[in-house]
Amino acid sequence: MATEILMPALSPTMEEGKLARWLVKEGDEINAGDVIAEIETDKATMEVEAIDDGLMSKLLVAEGAEGVKVNTPIAIVMEEGEEANGAAPATAPAPTVAKAPIVEAPSAPEPALSAAPASPVITETKVSGDTAMVEITVREALRDAMAEEMRLDDDVFVMGEEVAEYQGAYKVTQGLLAEFGEKRVIDTPITEHGFAGIAVGSAFAGLKPVVEFMTWNFAMQAIDHILNSAAKTLYMSGGQMSSSIVFRGPNGAASRVGAQHSQDYSSWYAQVPGLKVVAPYTAADAKGLLKAAIRDPNPVVFLEHEMVYGQTFDIPDVEDLIIPIGKADIVRTGKDVTIVSFSRGMQLANEAGKKLAEQGIDAEIIDLRTLRPLDMETVLTSVRKTNRIVTVEEAWPVASIGSEICSRVTSEAFDYLDAPPTKVTAKDVPMPYAANLEKLALPSIDDVMNAVHGVCYKDQA
Amino acid sequence: MLEFTPEQELDAYREMLLIRRFEEKAGQLYGMGFIGGFCHLYIGQEAVVVGMQMAISKGDQVITTYRDHGHMLASGMDPKGVMAELTGRAGGYSKGKGGSMHMFSLEKNFYGGHGIVGASVPLGSGLAFANKYRGNDRVSLTYFGDGAANQGQVYESFNMAKLWDLPVIYVIENNKYGMGTSIERSSATTDFSQRGASFDIPGEQVDGMDVRAVKEAGDKAVKRAREGGGPYILEMLTYRYRGHSMSDPAKYRSREEVQKVRKESDPIEQLKKRIVADGIASEDDLKALDKEVKAIAAAAAEFAQNDVHPDPSELYTDILR
Repeated sequence: MATEILMPALSPTMEEGKLARWLVKEGDEINAGDVIAEIETDKATMEVEAIDDGLMSKLLVAEGAEGVKVNTPIAIVMEEGEEANGAAPATAPAPTVAKAPIVEAPSAPEPALSAAPASPVITETKVSGDTAMVEITVREALRDAMAEEMRLDDDVFVMGEEVAEYQGAYKVTQGLLAEFGEKRVIDTPITEHGFAGIAVGSAFAGLKPVVEFMTWNFAMQAIDHILNSAAKTLYMSGGQMSSSIVFRGPNGAASRVGAQHSQDYSSWYAQVPGLKVVAPYTAADAKGLLKAAIRDPNPVVFLEHEMVYGQTFDIPDVEDLIIPIGKADIVRTGKDVTIVSFSRGMQLANEAGKKLAEQGIDAEIIDLRTLRPLDMETVLTSVRKTNRIVTVEEAWPVASIGSEICSRVTSEAFDYLDAPPTKVTAKDVPMPYAANLEKLALPSIDDVMNAVHGVCYKDQA
Repeated sequence: MLEFTPEQELDAYREMLLIRRFEEKAGQLYGMGFIGGFCHLYIGQEAVVVGMQMAISKGDQVITTYRDHGHMLASGMDPKGVMAELTGRAGGYSKGKGGSMHMFSLEKNFYGGHGIVGASVPLGSGLAFANKYRGNDRVSLTYFGDGAANQGQVYESFNMAKLWDLPVIYVIENNKYGMGTSIERSSATTDFSQRGASFDIPGEQVDGMDVRAVKEAGDKAVKRAREGGGPYILEMLTYRYRGHSMSDPAKYRSREEVQKVRKESDPIEQLKKRIVADGIASEDDLKALDKEVKAIAAAAAEFAQNDVHPDPSELYTDILR
């Protein structure tokens, strides 16, 4: 059977090329792999190999021809044993691939494997007015969340630097080794890239790792696996394979440790489709959201805060406290201005809210709690009521969470706005070490007060 | 040298031939514009996956980087689904959303298909971690290339794999070039089988052009890992005939070098000669087999060219579960 050799595309962008040289002539026997021609593209001269054994019957394009379009027939090859002349069809034969005989037609490809299971139903734990409250630190709340989920599911394990015998660099995993043993509470070497990849691989196989990064600064070593291996695989596999995994640890400013140990990564991860991103402030949210994150079938980035670990909060004394991912919390209702924050930024928002009340400004304060998916409905509903918004965060100002919220509010609630949406952020500088400079670099209550006065068109009190 | 039964010889021949014909077809479809982007062909290296696949059992896992079509076919994945993924069609293994470098089949225990050089090493070690955690006797075959062997995450993984005695076999496919840079120009030491020495992980070099040698080494390493012996390194000495990807100008090595390997140590030709010499099958029998295999590749190509494109609604599916 005669087959046509077509002008090949030799790069993803090639549309045409020059047939620089034929290395065979009509009547030559050719074997698969023989170089039969040289083609010049805009980038390089490349060799064309024969794909099959046969006899070169006819060269259709002359040597030196320029601008030969991709897929133009350039030669005709006869199969072994076939008569070289006479057998060539009068009309141009169809290209090999289209003409190839189908001897055996295997069945259609197997369907995608297990259909993606529905997300487990995670219902918010109902807390009524007479639920007893207990005092607990954020550190203990996080530990309790892990311990409770580990008791429920043998596939849940904790891995990271100093999580076992040292009891956690910030004591968040205190007591877990004693209860669950070294099989499920695993000290790793100081190799974030490697152990993050191992954890994702184990999640591909169905385990549910909780990976602790001593701080999120060090997770930059592992960000390739968080994004390329964990976040993107469900999509790249057409829904076949995912990883139920939690990456957690302290994020944002620490105290007097300088630029490499004090960065807020909130907007970095919140930008990535395929991830959920959580940044709680209170102990109840830390516990309820971490339990939800461990049960979630998707990769979850869980951003804690070192300066909040030791803070004490009231937490409902219930058996299985779950806070659903993706729901913001209105912590103070008000009518004059909306203040939106998360993580330690909530401390500033709450303090500012009290001071503003003394000045007769009634602020509505929203704790986002989850950064992806962002609960914009709660924010927009509030802005439609207050007509003013100030965002508060510890991250750098460029492309921050506040930038995203201000942009969305501007385009989705423009007609309701009485003032430009305003961001309060850290300064656009690496974190300095000196105590006075460090203080200047971070957002302050005064920054929040000034921003609120600005959107309310009030002179500073 | 391990002797194959006549059946094994023929099976290995057919499997290697299927990979070669499939890849030739993929190269053709690329030339016709049906396949876009990057497309890394496995031609020349067929004995490695075929021999290793013969050494493992059902339930063992396979993971690799992006020169991955051979691994998929050897794992038993449907050529039609693989080719349709290459053309980005709805019937592809990833519904057209992954492409050449990102395909998976949990059913066949093939865990990808990963586009980042070196990433398969911790991921494959993680599969082995899960095996050990669950206390089953499965083994993870973790493939990567000579280029990836210089990546930091490889050594982080070696360290933990040995520290925790994970049932993982690191198969380094040394095809002599990381893209266009020869191993001599990229690697301070080029005996990759000894790269585990600092971690006390033993390894050996294997003739990756001889499917029997591959299976023999694979058998030993798999048995060792299954019995709790921990990680092991198999450096497969192999060669790729085609460019790194389709747009490789091939200026970094001579035509003669490629032709010499093809002539003297082609894995398929070696086996063909042996099959005929041993009287297992005649030239004509093998020609018929070739025809049959070509038809499978052609049917895959036919399907991949004519299958529907993914529905636009697929843009927003499979992002989260």
